[in-house]
Amino acid sequence: MVAPILIFAVGNASRGDDALAPLLLRQLQPDSLVQAELVEEYQLQVEHVTDLSGRSAVLFVDADVSCDAPFRFSEITALHDNSYTSHAMTPSALLYVYRQVYGVDAPDSFLLRIRGYDFELGEPLSLKATANLEVARKLVVGLCAAASPSVWREKLQANLIANN
Amino acid sequence: MTDTTNNMETAAHPENLRRVAIDPLSRVEGHGKVTLLMDENDRVHQVRLHIVEFRGFEKFIEGRPYWEAPVMVQRLCGICPVSHHLAASKAMDMIVGATLTATADKVRRLMHYGQILQSHALHFFHLCSPDLLFGFDSDMAKRNIVGVAAAYPEIARQGVLLRKFGQEVIRVTAGKRIHGTGSIPGGVNKNVSIEERDYLLKDIDQTVAWSRDAVAIARQLFEQNLDLYNSFAKFDSHTLSMVSKDGALDLYHGGLRARDRDGNTLFDHFDYSHYWDVILEEVKPWTYMKFPFLRSLGPEQGWYRVGPLSRVTQCDYIPTPLANQARMAFLAFNGGSAASATLGVHWARMIEMLHAAEQIQVLLHAPDLQGTDLVSTGERQERGVGVIEAPRGTLIHHYKVDEHDQIVRCNLIVSTTHNNQAMNEAIRSVARQFIDGRKLTEGLLNHIEVAIRAFDPCLSCATHALGKMPLEVELLDAEGGRADMLTRSSDGMFCSPC
Repeated sequence: MVAPILIFAVGNASRGDDALAPLLLRQLQPDSLVQAELVEEYQLQVEHVTDLSGRSAVLFVDADVSCDAPFRFSEITALHDNSYTSHAMTPSALLYVYRQVYGVDAPDSFLLRIRGYDFELGEPLSLKATANLEVARKLVVGLCAAASPSVWREKLQANLIANN
Repeated sequence: MTDTTNNMETAAHPENLRRVAIDPLSRVEGHGKVTLLMDENDRVHQVRLHIVEFRGFEKFIEGRPYWEAPVMVQRLCGICPVSHHLAASKAMDMIVGATLTATADKVRRLMHYGQILQSHALHFFHLCSPDLLFGFDSDMAKRNIVGVAAAYPEIARQGVLLRKFGQEVIRVTAGKRIHGTGSIPGGVNKNVSIEERDYLLKDIDQTVAWSRDAVAIARQLFEQNLDLYNSFAKFDSHTLSMVSKDGALDLYHGGLRARDRDGNTLFDHFDYSHYWDVILEEVKPWTYMKFPFLRSLGPEQGWYRVGPLSRVTQCDYIPTPLANQARMAFLAFNGGSAASATLGVHWARMIEMLHAAEQIQVLLHAPDLQGTDLVSTGERQERGVGVIEAPRGTLIHHYKVDEHDQIVRCNLIVSTTHNNQAMNEAIRSVARQFIDGRKLTEGLLNHIEVAIRAFDPCLSCATHALGKMPLEVELLDAEGGRADMLTRSSDGMFCSPC
């Protein structure tokens, strides 16, 4: 039985604030994960389309060096973007490949970008990133309680209003 | 032998050279930067591939207990963690004085061939096939994996599923998708159950068949572009790889073999636990990355190439039938031209992928996989060296451990470091062939990147936070002024302010 929610954390726990997403996953309590499967990877790659299949909703979590603190939560769609840089794909490009591989649209997907600052090897999470992580964790706990994209959109709207 | 190293490093009047910087490279792991130094006549005199790889990592691991190393070193890189996991484990086998049990040996080999399969599939189908299928000068918006998926959906689908299968082999043997703990000093911490074996067996025949098809695609691409493939980024070099006792291709264990550019053997079956007797490293002031060389030939003459091309051409045979058949065809093709061409590496890489698929097939039928004798120990040693043929080439891990079980010295020579000088040579070859005048073009940049990508370099950082991938190209004239500039933003859009 495939869990209806997939939470996909992207990052390297040994590189400073790149650990934001992996740490968020590790801080989630088992009782909040009844409907969710957690996957941690260094970076997104094409084979990850196989993880998306059969889900009600997918949440990608990654550190971000450009968004406003503490985080940016948004819904994403398949996009034929030009993210040909490096071995890492964008979440939207992954959704596009999903359509190419399976012939149908990927499940409803969302992206949580948590603001990070320092990414040096061997460095711990920065203090500012630690504060951002705590706020983001509360959001994800709320998302895990409802395996419904419509409920996630409501939270997205509420989050937008709160940020404005 | 022409002293190309010196030629590259010592222009008569470097103050009069123009500078072309490409920073960073696309579709190469991590961040790299290329500087082309040109004279007033627009000729390339110097090439420098700057890599920040592993800066500080050896210090990062010093002071840690030795049993942590096989897990910690996986944090080096997002694309070859299993290779580091196994190389460190082999070094720690020496530290604990272990001789591996049959089960441990086969589980590790299975893990390694899973890594080879998934890495080679990623490189060929997703990182290089956009260039190879669409052409080096084709529309950048199309020349990516998404473009491949649109134009060649079946090839893209096979690439996805080959890569996925290799990752599943790793998950089964290492216990987890990433940060696996399957390999430990002296052995492994789990075997492969009947259920896990059967889970992998159901897809292995298809995996072998698709890998065989991939070899045919690589050959077809070479045949269709024979003149370009024969000449692109061409240079001659010595070669280094590991072979088994009988000279067969063995990516997990063996002795070191080196040959000169004419195919003469420099050393053979050399015990890698004393690698420093045949390989030394030189430090240069403009890069963090070291330049290894064959000790007997010295730093200027002794640079060499590692990786699929070296391995497939150096071994006496491949011990699986389909891959060996493919190797023979590769060596015989067009009088041997593919075996000495930089772009021949893609064909060689697919032969290795086929070999990996065949090896997985053989290993999955081995009863030893279900054995329960997983770990062995012996007399404790203070020094350990582990060598493995990683997807990109020979990988050396060297540790010294004190009486408190702490790592007090660590030295890593990774495939990309072995290939450091060879990559510079390839870039210079391309730059001399394709740079025309003082104008930077997207096509020129991509030709340079195609040359670098042939080595599948791991420029390692595994830090891929969103929004961190700009590409900036700057051209400075002989007086230091900006003659041209080309910027590629993280969304792939080009902008030239000049």
